[in-house]
Amino acid sequence: MKSIEEAEREITEEFSCLNDWQDRYEYIIELGKKLSEFPEDKKTDDNKVKGCQSSVWLVTEQKDGKIYFLADSDSAIVKGLVAILIRVLSGRTPDEIIDSKLEFIDKIGLRQHLAQTRANGLAAMIKQIKMYALAYKLKQTC
Amino acid sequence: MLTEIRHKFNVSEIRKDFPILNRIVSGKPLIYLDNAATTQKPECVINVISHYYRNFNSNIHRGVYSISAKASEEFDYARKTVRNFIGAKSESEIIFTRGTTEAINLVAYSYGRTNVSEGDEILISAMEHHANIVPWQVLCEEKKARLKIIPITDKGEIILEEYEKLLNEKVKLVAVCHVSNTLGTVNPVKQMISLAHRQEIPVLVDGAQAVQHMKVDVDDLDADFYCFSSHKVYGPMGIGVLYGKSSCLEFMPPYQTGGDMISSVSFEKTTYNELPMKFEAGTPNVEGAIGLKEALDYVNRIGIENIAGYEKELLEYASYKLSAVEGIKIIGTAAEKTSVISFVVNKLNALDIGLMLDTYGVCVRTGHHCTEPLMKRFQIPGTVRVSISFYNTKEEIDYFADSLNKVIERLRK
Repeated sequence: MKSIEEAEREITEEFSCLNDWQDRYEYIIELGKKLSEFPEDKKTDDNKVKGCQSSVWLVTEQKDGKIYFLADSDSAIVKGLVAILIRVLSGRTPDEIIDSKLEFIDKIGLRQHLAQTRANGLAAMIKQIKMYALAYKLKQTC
Repeated sequence: MLTEIRHKFNVSEIRKDFPILNRIVSGKPLIYLDNAATTQKPECVINVISHYYRNFNSNIHRGVYSISAKASEEFDYARKTVRNFIGAKSESEIIFTRGTTEAINLVAYSYGRTNVSEGDEILISAMEHHANIVPWQVLCEEKKARLKIIPITDKGEIILEEYEKLLNEKVKLVAVCHVSNTLGTVNPVKQMISLAHRQEIPVLVDGAQAVQHMKVDVDDLDADFYCFSSHKVYGPMGIGVLYGKSSCLEFMPPYQTGGDMISSVSFEKTTYNELPMKFEAGTPNVEGAIGLKEALDYVNRIGIENIAGYEKELLEYASYKLSAVEGIKIIGTAAEKTSVISFVVNKLNALDIGLMLDTYGVCVRTGHHCTEPLMKRFQIPGTVRVSISFYNTKEEIDYFADSLNKVIERLRK
């Protein structure tokens, strides 16, 4: 499996080929379509990420000390954004997730373009993912 | 057939008054269609604020020197301009607040906490902005009173018969928007006020989405309270207005306390200042008041009737263009509307449409527009909202409609 840094680099390279935001959004939407099926019965309020204009559901599974994420959204773009996060952070240890800097978000211009507004909830999704990692870590050490 | 837009004024000349409209954003001309959120500012408003800070910035009402006298005079003149703009009887009935939200909170705290008790009711409509819901909800919880909702039709119009049925001796206040920020519906507030007054129930009108689109005369409406925000009527942010009949304001306790709102202070007892100062604790927003005055003067120069006429034509044009978009459904089709159009597109998410429109340089609003209960009423999570101002053009609407079609095509791929 690629390291977080390698996965980030790969995404940065993919985005560097896309010149404008129309193409970038289309690519983000494509990435969202590739996400694995999200179970309908898990689309509950408890699994919703707070702070997003659109609905985002995020659940986790744990295997061999690693955390795997499943997500869905009613917004195609937000679904693509969470797919990117999952590509980088799913299947990692809690420490890897907590320590990740996610600098690629700045490099591909996502932060400037999106994260300042409440609308997309990118920051909220990252926070939620890190909270899950922290919770798992605390559970392990207890 | 749609009539060709008749320019009662020269829109290209008007656009020159608004520097931001010439901006290129991400390589594309800015198409600003989020005017219900905030309006752009004309050069004269921008200049008058700068002029104030460059020439006579000082604290008002206390200074014994000439620039303070000048600042005080301009501040008082701003109040006079507001009074004339909405047809109030006296300047003492004009209270400067931070905006509509603070104006409503002021009434909820001051009027509400002295006049509402257990078992009483407050009436609001199903189309209220959160700012005209939450203050009443909090008040009702505190006082064990009940918040009652005036229902609306599928077109987004208040059902007057239901409203009449809800009026009874337990109702201590009706709080209703003049114009819905989400639907654009113009409510029959004059009639609603008259119905409430028959039972001696006072009415607060949230005019945040009205004063920039139509002539408002609080005396003619006979409103007990009327509020609006400067930034939605081409003035600066951070200042707004609460109009209150002096017969109401006189008997209301202060909302906030401190300097300026007092007559005399000793450690034993404080006596309060006269209206409107009783409700204006602390140093006021002088720059804001001066900016608001300039904005209202600007609107008066253009003529609110001219603005209303031109915006109506743009609304008709935009509604006609949008009705041709495949899969679109307009939310809010009241007979009386301002230039606001909310819509949903079959199977597409409003946020996706908004984010994609931004790549074409088009600014729209998406989501619930701070009217979550209204979204629930229509059983939708949110809408895309375009809100048009008198500096927008038919060409901009064409460009917006073309962009929307392209966005939909891209999202449907």
